[in-house]
Amino acid sequence: MADTAATANPDSVAENEDGYRRRDFINIAAVSAAGVGGAAVLLPLISQMAPSKDVLAESTTEVDVSAIEPGQAIKAVFRKQPLFVRRLTPQEIAAADAVDPSSLRDPQTLEERTKEGHTDMLVTMGVCTHLGCVPLGAAEGEVRGEFGGYFCPCHGSHYDTAARIRKGPAPSNLLVPEYEFTSDTTILVG
Amino acid sequence: MSFPWAKQYTPANGLTKFLDEKLPLPRLVYNAVGAGYPVPRNLSYFWNFGVLAGFFLVLQIVTGVILAMHYAANAQVAFATTEHIMRDVNWGWMMRYAHANGASFFFIVVYIHIFRGLFYSSYKAPREMIWLLGVVIFLLMMATAFMGYVLPWGQMSFWGAKVITGLFGAIPLVGEPIQIWLLGGFAPDNAALNRFFSLHFLLPFVIAGVVILHIWALHIPGSSNPTGVEVKSESDTLPFHPYYTAKDGFGLGVALLFFFALVFFLPNALGHPDNYIQANPLSTPAHIVPEWYFWPFYAILRAFTMDFILPAKLWGVLGMFSAILCWFFLPWLDKSPVRSGHYRPLFRKFFWFGLIPTMAVLFWCGGAPAEEPYVMLSQIATAYYFLHFLVILPIVSQIEKPEPLPYSITEAVLGSDKKAVLGENTEPAV
Repeated sequence: MADTAATANPDSVAENEDGYRRRDFINIAAVSAAGVGGAAVLLPLISQMAPSKDVLAESTTEVDVSAIEPGQAIKAVFRKQPLFVRRLTPQEIAAADAVDPSSLRDPQTLEERTKEGHTDMLVTMGVCTHLGCVPLGAAEGEVRGEFGGYFCPCHGSHYDTAARIRKGPAPSNLLVPEYEFTSDTTILVG
Repeated sequence: MSFPWAKQYTPANGLTKFLDEKLPLPRLVYNAVGAGYPVPRNLSYFWNFGVLAGFFLVLQIVTGVILAMHYAANAQVAFATTEHIMRDVNWGWMMRYAHANGASFFFIVVYIHIFRGLFYSSYKAPREMIWLLGVVIFLLMMATAFMGYVLPWGQMSFWGAKVITGLFGAIPLVGEPIQIWLLGGFAPDNAALNRFFSLHFLLPFVIAGVVILHIWALHIPGSSNPTGVEVKSESDTLPFHPYYTAKDGFGLGVALLFFFALVFFLPNALGHPDNYIQANPLSTPAHIVPEWYFWPFYAILRAFTMDFILPAKLWGVLGMFSAILCWFFLPWLDKSPVRSGHYRPLFRKFFWFGLIPTMAVLFWCGGAPAEEPYVMLSQIATAYYFLHFLVILPIVSQIEKPEPLPYSITEAVLGSDKKAVLGENTEPAV
């Protein structure tokens, strides 16, 4: 419609040798400027839904692991989700190491899932990789599943002592978050 | 309805043909704000403000919906979540400043829009319904703005809510029960905050609905114009697109320059510092004033200081509401057959030297403390305000001798309608 008006106007209809009209330039410039401006407006409109600064400030968690006895586990909270910290017994470590990783759905060894020098300290998210339920096995007296690790009651996923998926619908091992030992008894997660 | 020479929508491709048969939305847009809506060719920049008001309504809804994602309407945390928006949420400070100043700009453009209507008598037949719907929109805007100002739960929010709901307490016998019912308590608290939030979210969509009716009613007679002479022939009009989309686009650009100058450099210039203090039911700020856009009406409210049959407080409330309600009768108070103030010498004098200074005085007094000389000034101005609409306007429209009107819009623009007919020196026939 802009074109009709322009064509009817004897001043702007004048094409140069290349077949361009002066009006084309201003049309493209105006639409481009409006497009860039519109896209720039989208940035804050979208970004405001991302985690706010107070949420990000809670994105690291310090956990004191000194009181965990072998065979025990504790639940902590990391980014508003459960975090399992478990001190493995020598038997559990042996059971985990006895498995051929290549036979697993998500092949990983216990060494790959723990920190060097702390292979008895298993830190994982307490979130089943199937549909996000909290598996049982971290608290005293809870069912630990057929492989002695964790058991998710929602759809029956069994995790072994290295929290690797062994049986059931979950696609992968319980996630090991980024963490480090800040001292022999403290870990900083996140 | 439109003029017989309005351009007809023709679907350009398969998709628009399909849509045109099943749901002719492109046709609706084309006829409403596209080339299919013929508009008088002589509109001045005063005719930009309807589109600008529409823009600021959309801006308020977009920023408001976003703020509601991060805000909690609970007296315990409302103030804290407002600060959370300002400090923690990505771009939250910009959303809130755009929303707060967006309300001010919505009122600025709507006030100019109303004054355009008053000067050019846009409320006269056949456009009474547009005007009536416009007054409804203005009342809804005032309610929405008031409730929105309560939400941050600062000192001004709290005491504003208390004072305004207290107005209803002026009603004899049932006033106090009504006030308690409105607040859901004896003072503003959680119940009031929650219902204000609910209604503050709802009303903008009601406004959008009435705006659609306002535009629908506008498209039946078509837009008015600065001469007040109705459209006679095709040479009097231009298609809305591209002529007025371009002109409105330019006007929008200018308005946004002012808007963002305020948002980015003076974001709190129109607010009150007291509202950055959390609501405290035990301590009233020294000087309670509403937001600037309510000042003229607040001045009328406080101008009534004498008990006369009814208590002064009730007179104030009645006066304040009548100041707007009397606009509903404007199409029948002003009987002059001539619309535009440009051709009404007596009306023009009363408009520029009566109504405009009166509004300025009311505005000034509404923001000032309730002491002399402001009280007396607001009393004089309030008296003139009602005199203007209820007495002067009807009399002027009877005794005034209007100046000669141009034969047509084309003649007003080009000096002679013949040129248009002969096709000389005219806009291209589009």
